[in-house]
Amino acid sequence: MFAVEGLIKIYHTGELEIHALAGVDLALYESELAVLLGPSGSGKSTLLNILGGLDTATAGSAHFRGSEITAMSERELTRYRRDHVGFVFQFYNLIPSLSARENVSLVTEISPNPMKPDEALGLVGLGHRLDHFPAQLSGGEQQRVAIARAIAKRPEVLLCDEPTGALDSKTGVQVLEALTSVNEELGTTTAVITHNVAIADIAHRVFYFGDGKIVRTKINKRRVAPSKVQW
Amino acid sequence: MSTLDKKLLRDVARLWAQALAIALVLASGVTTLILAVGAYRSLEETRSAYYERYRFADIFASAKRAPQFVERQILEIPGVAAAETRISEFALLDIDGMVQPATGVAVSVPDHRDQRLNRIYMREGRLPEPGRIDEVVVNEAFAKAHKFELGSEFHAILNGYKRPLRIVGIALSPEFIYALGPGDLIPDDRRFGVLWMSEKALEAVYDLEGAFNYVSVKLLRNAIEADVIDQLDTLLKRYGGTGAFARKDQQSHAFIDAELKQLKAMAQVIPPIFLLVSAFLINITLSRLIALEREQIGLLKALGYTGLAVSWHYMKLVLIIAIVGIAIGAVAGTWLGQGLTRLYGDFFHFPFLIFQRGVDIYVIAASISLATAAAGGVRGIYAALTLPPAVAMSPPVPTHYAHLAVEKFHIFRHFSQLTVMAVRHIVRWPIRAGLTVLGIAMSGSLLITALFSIDSIDYMIDVVFFQADRQDATVNFSDVRPAEVLQSVEHLPGVLAAEPYRSVSVRLHHGHRQRKLAITGKMPGADLSRVLGRNDVPVALPESGLLVSERVAKLLNLKRGDTVDVEILDASRVRGPLGLKVDPTRLTPDPDVKPEDFKASPVRGNTRRVQIAGIIQSYLGLAVFMDLRALNELLDESPVVSGVHIAIDTNRTDALYRKIKELPAVSAIALQGEALRKFRETLATNIYIMTAVYVVLSVIIAFGVVYNSARIQLSERAREFASLRVLGFSKAEVSHVLLLELALLVAAAVPLAWIIGYGFAWATVQGFESDLYSIPFVIKANTYAFSTLVVLAAAGASALLVRRRIDRLNMIEALKTRE
Repeated sequence: MFAVEGLIKIYHTGELEIHALAGVDLALYESELAVLLGPSGSGKSTLLNILGGLDTATAGSAHFRGSEITAMSERELTRYRRDHVGFVFQFYNLIPSLSARENVSLVTEISPNPMKPDEALGLVGLGHRLDHFPAQLSGGEQQRVAIARAIAKRPEVLLCDEPTGALDSKTGVQVLEALTSVNEELGTTTAVITHNVAIADIAHRVFYFGDGKIVRTKINKRRVAPSKVQW
Repeated sequence: MSTLDKKLLRDVARLWAQALAIALVLASGVTTLILAVGAYRSLEETRSAYYERYRFADIFASAKRAPQFVERQILEIPGVAAAETRISEFALLDIDGMVQPATGVAVSVPDHRDQRLNRIYMREGRLPEPGRIDEVVVNEAFAKAHKFELGSEFHAILNGYKRPLRIVGIALSPEFIYALGPGDLIPDDRRFGVLWMSEKALEAVYDLEGAFNYVSVKLLRNAIEADVIDQLDTLLKRYGGTGAFARKDQQSHAFIDAELKQLKAMAQVIPPIFLLVSAFLINITLSRLIALEREQIGLLKALGYTGLAVSWHYMKLVLIIAIVGIAIGAVAGTWLGQGLTRLYGDFFHFPFLIFQRGVDIYVIAASISLATAAAGGVRGIYAALTLPPAVAMSPPVPTHYAHLAVEKFHIFRHFSQLTVMAVRHIVRWPIRAGLTVLGIAMSGSLLITALFSIDSIDYMIDVVFFQADRQDATVNFSDVRPAEVLQSVEHLPGVLAAEPYRSVSVRLHHGHRQRKLAITGKMPGADLSRVLGRNDVPVALPESGLLVSERVAKLLNLKRGDTVDVEILDASRVRGPLGLKVDPTRLTPDPDVKPEDFKASPVRGNTRRVQIAGIIQSYLGLAVFMDLRALNELLDESPVVSGVHIAIDTNRTDALYRKIKELPAVSAIALQGEALRKFRETLATNIYIMTAVYVVLSVIIAFGVVYNSARIQLSERAREFASLRVLGFSKAEVSHVLLLELALLVAAAVPLAWIIGYGFAWATVQGFESDLYSIPFVIKANTYAFSTLVVLAAAGASALLVRRRIDRLNMIEALKTRE
């Protein structure tokens, strides 16, 4: 699904050059659940942002199903995000003025083949809180609305940046369950960034990041159900 | 410099665009305040200094012929400090190179002593030699209009004889600061001049040896004006007195008063609008800044800064904005104020101008602005003061939204979620949205208030010149003439139609109210000069009774059917069939007629009771009309007229003017076309300046309000907008949320601007109303449209500036930061 070759990202902040990505090669397969693990500043978010079409690369290439993301224009990237990618962030980023259902509708209105907002919220176990506004929902609930919003358009890929980062372990588990069930039921390729080692066990594959590179790749022969994960 | 002050400077540098927008709104308030107050004081101060130095009189009265000894009797009236008698007569002027006749007023100056009152200021030259009938001092504006210099010559028809006059001096007078010719709407210095001539010479010309026909009186400090006027009237009655009047009714003085009144109104209405809007802008901007910086505030407090120190830090930001605004406003206000005062100097004829630039105006403007800014900042400052550090360090609770009551009806079903976002955001912050709407509306209404006067004046021109007074010229006789004179006028070359009128000076009494004015008698069925009803449609003159204008009705509390006492002030001399050996229809002098033959119409108790037959419309002066014959009867006189309105064949105007200049009977001529042309010409220049100024002011408000609310929204909703971008919405779609919200606010502001503008305009019309003129209340669709377009353009431009910021929004950063 994704083919990444020699990806380099350099940020210039004043006189300083930060090599966020120092040559990353990676392939993600269809319907795979991958975890990107590493300390802050190791380059995992940068990679995810480039794969999601939020950021551009300094050198190297990233392809999505044969299309080169790194060569897309601003307009094409918007189109790519709109049609193919779902995002989940640490701080949910829900629209406070829209209810749960409306936050999902926001996306389904502009997608070619979306599911019903109620259905997407049902998938993450929130079928009963459709008309609540973000301020009326707990952190875990808000994050599950964000997941529902991300999957409602049936994206080919779901990119999650520290989805449990702001949550306690109990709510975090609910969120991970939502992610794995989406991955299993819809076959959505999912990449999850975390610095929480415990979460790595739910993935098919784990990429360990360090200093802008993938230092190690691990295939989980036996995956652990989210409910068994603890931190 | 303390670290906090460094932060302050960097905050200012970062927020410069918003800060400048607010400072400009505040500056507009300061500018208009200093401008209006400064110009008001300069004009007032210049006028009173002029009056003081050149001894402008307090009371004025004219008579037909009062013997010189009456002067002593006048001086004996309690409260009179000084009196100056003179001869004052209208005269037609014939000037080389000018086809139209001009009108002048010949005023005598004492031959062997200084003027006691209404002294003239000699710009150059000297006074006429005693007894010289061919020497004249003219007013400066008249000389300038004709490029006259000392030694230039022109002709005047003085008491029927055309005489050459040589200019020996050029002067100004406190009596003629605003020199308006007969029948003019606005001074036309080409067609109206003041001629100061030797008293002895004028006495001879007008057969007034040892007599006078005009007196000016200066009062003692604690004199009672009304009493002196009464006694003066009693004294002059037997000499053909036409009623004394006070300064406030003196034409030149009254016009300056009207101007001062407008300046005062401007100082009271416009600056507060700007100050209120800037207070609102400071309020929302500072509150937002403090909300954004709550963590920093918490940190500063945690580090040991007191709440007061932190508050003062933010207050300093407010003060910087205020000081910048005050500085810009003070400079602009001073500059524009001088310009305006100079403009007054051109329009009103002063020998000198005093720029009143008292420090106090600036202190007052600065204090008001600082107080306004501080008041605007109070809410934000209070929030900073009371924010507990622990709370400040934790993220704010997400904003609560709720379903709107109207959503029960599923009104949002047909809208995209982006639209729903915009609508809910407005409703979530109703006060802010309301004030934003009000701010934008202020901008539009200000423009309507300024520009509607063009519509009103257009309408007034149409009514006055094309509905009511449709004559081409009005010929005014030096004395009343028998009605048969009409035939002579009709036979003048180029005269197509002629209608006589009789004008008489009276004082109307109703209850305890009274007013000096003139009744105009017209022929029934007059077609050139018509009387218009309240709906501006011509009405027929009733056979008896008076038609009074709304203004007169208001002043004297009259309604239809009331009766008023008409005190006749004008005991006119009549030339003609009253036992004279003269062909009454002739306009040329009869060598056999001696002044002794002039006979006053019989005075038979000079008060009559007359009924009010109706209320009519008139925008100029205090109009009262009556049937000509009824008026003649009321005055116990044979059919006589004061003048004739004529319609002219435009191909023969030259011949007519040449003839009129030869006619001794004509003392003044009003040319409607010339009056209108001059009026339009003066107006056109003023309108361009005024439109430009008000467009700038309105744009500053609209821009300031829209730009600041957009920036604040953008700052509050950067995360939302970034999220939308991440979700795959294009820049245009994301901007749509913000722009739609602004568009809704602007759309709500437009009708509100119309309503407020309508109200302001109405109030302006009330404020303008004076005895000199009133303006009709007319706002054309064009004015609404133009003001709306200006507001839309300003709002659109500021929205687009903010849109550029949405385009540059950094998605990743916006998402990473915690609210």
